[in-house]
Amino acid sequence: MDYGYSLYLTGPEVFLSVSGLVLTLVAAWGGRNSGRLCTILAVVALVGASVITGSLMLSDASVQGAEAFGGLYRMDTFGSFAKLLIYLASIGCLMITPRFFASGDEYRPEYPLLMVFGAVGMGMMVSAVDLMTLYIGLELSSLSSYVLASFTRSDDRSAEAGLKYFVLGALASGILLYGMSLVYGFSGSTGYGAIRAAFDGTLGTGALFGVIFVLAGLAFKISAVPFHMWTPDVYEGAPTPVTTFFATAPKVAAIAMTARIALEAFGNQASAWQQIVIFAALASIVVGALGAIGQSNVKRLLAYSSINNVGFILIGLAAATEAGASAMLVYLAIYVAMSLGSFVAVLMMRDADGNQVEAIADMAGLSRTNPMLALCLAAMMLSLAGIPPLFGFWGKFVVFQAAVQADLVILAAIGIAASVIGAFYYLKIVKIMYFDEPANVVTGKSDAAHWAVLVGSTLVVSPLGYLLTKPLGMVADRAAQALFFMV
Amino acid sequence: MIGIEHYVVVSAILFVLGVLGIFLNRKNIIVILMAIELILLSVNINLVAFSAFLGDLTGQIFAMFVLTVAAGEAAIGLAILVIYFRGRGTIAVDDVNRMKG
Repeated sequence: MDYGYSLYLTGPEVFLSVSGLVLTLVAAWGGRNSGRLCTILAVVALVGASVITGSLMLSDASVQGAEAFGGLYRMDTFGSFAKLLIYLASIGCLMITPRFFASGDEYRPEYPLLMVFGAVGMGMMVSAVDLMTLYIGLELSSLSSYVLASFTRSDDRSAEAGLKYFVLGALASGILLYGMSLVYGFSGSTGYGAIRAAFDGTLGTGALFGVIFVLAGLAFKISAVPFHMWTPDVYEGAPTPVTTFFATAPKVAAIAMTARIALEAFGNQASAWQQIVIFAALASIVVGALGAIGQSNVKRLLAYSSINNVGFILIGLAAATEAGASAMLVYLAIYVAMSLGSFVAVLMMRDADGNQVEAIADMAGLSRTNPMLALCLAAMMLSLAGIPPLFGFWGKFVVFQAAVQADLVILAAIGIAASVIGAFYYLKIVKIMYFDEPANVVTGKSDAAHWAVLVGSTLVVSPLGYLLTKPLGMVADRAAQALFFMV
Repeated sequence: MIGIEHYVVVSAILFVLGVLGIFLNRKNIIVILMAIELILLSVNINLVAFSAFLGDLTGQIFAMFVLTVAAGEAAIGLAILVIYFRGRGTIAVDDVNRMKG
């Protein structure tokens, strides 16, 4: 084992960890007021990590993958693709944060630090090819997330969100870990390759329990039904920039990690987990669509929308083919742009005193009081609903295409039917903004950084996004190939 | 003779107790934290037992990592609990209901 080569392969994580430690020192010296400086430095660190990831992605070893530290970690196109999405989402979330905590004393330098360490953990999750690395990465990102959820100490709802997230997250980790211990016991190893070789043919009861527990723990982390109950509460209670973060970066990481563990470690047992994933996909789509209908808080509504989207992403995984994995990654990339945009739009809705506006009723007539914001939010909603000229349609299209190719026609048909139910509440928001009498609540000013993120993500989901289909599809195909290279 | 099955059964019982402790407990949140520790403990028993059974050290190293992370997790859980208590003045499970729907 060449130590230097291992360090080179784990470059993005090493760089981010060192940056995180340096940032800790900056925060310690700068005191409470260094929040802004730390944010800028954290963005620089994340950009640096993205550049390193990009250069690793272009290297020769990228498609067949290269293992570091004796098979604990693998650098390949799949991991790099997911990492780029994670870093981009984190940068977006960091950009919108400082102005959110405008009062000053609430915005402490811990915030960017926790995001950087969270990003390190997520990078570990998507590149892990050993249960141990996976667990450490997962905990690093989860522990950062718990603290971020309860970051606004003065707000009861934030503390409650943190508490709920912590309890259910810790339970999920426990279930996952119990599954891992069974998988280790019955396969004799924690490496994905060895597990794959050991889990060939019919599984015994113990090993099957292990697989199911691992998948249940992962379903908690990606908030797939039936393990979704924490999502609406946590998304509503956490400060809005943190919610934006939860809906993007950790979700990408958890889904990519699920795909890798299902397709690599349990790749020989696809028939065993496929049924579970199909059930979770359908249940998420239906529960996400129905649950959103009665909501009056827009953050809660978006939480159900993200449950719904996870269902569509899982359809790609349920196909258990290379095309399915590629479709899943394309959907994931579009989903990140859509949820970043819609949460930033929510973040920008402030009343005259600068307080957050979260009630859907208060958004009435937004098209007349703030036409640009209404237009961007409407584009996000229509794109989430999957209405053709917008880019969200493309994600749904590739996912359903992959499902049909894998002979999952019924799954695709139910998915399409349920997305029509989902369209109802997205269109309702558009109707409230465009056709209701103005409530004149959203009158506050917004910051340039917010506009930049919002307009950027609107451009991606606009029909202009179709220019991206080719490069995005190509990279996703290569990433999916890397995932299946081990087979 | 105590074999691997006995360890696995004990750990399964502990795991179920931990999960029930989270769901059935209606009193206070500290009990939930204890239940989480119980789950992690059951995992450690499993890992160490399998490790001894297989003659492979990986499981014991894994158990060390789990122990370390469990300590961090408990610290963060208690910290969040303190913030919550400051705001609400209670840690009863039934009172964690500001958000519903």
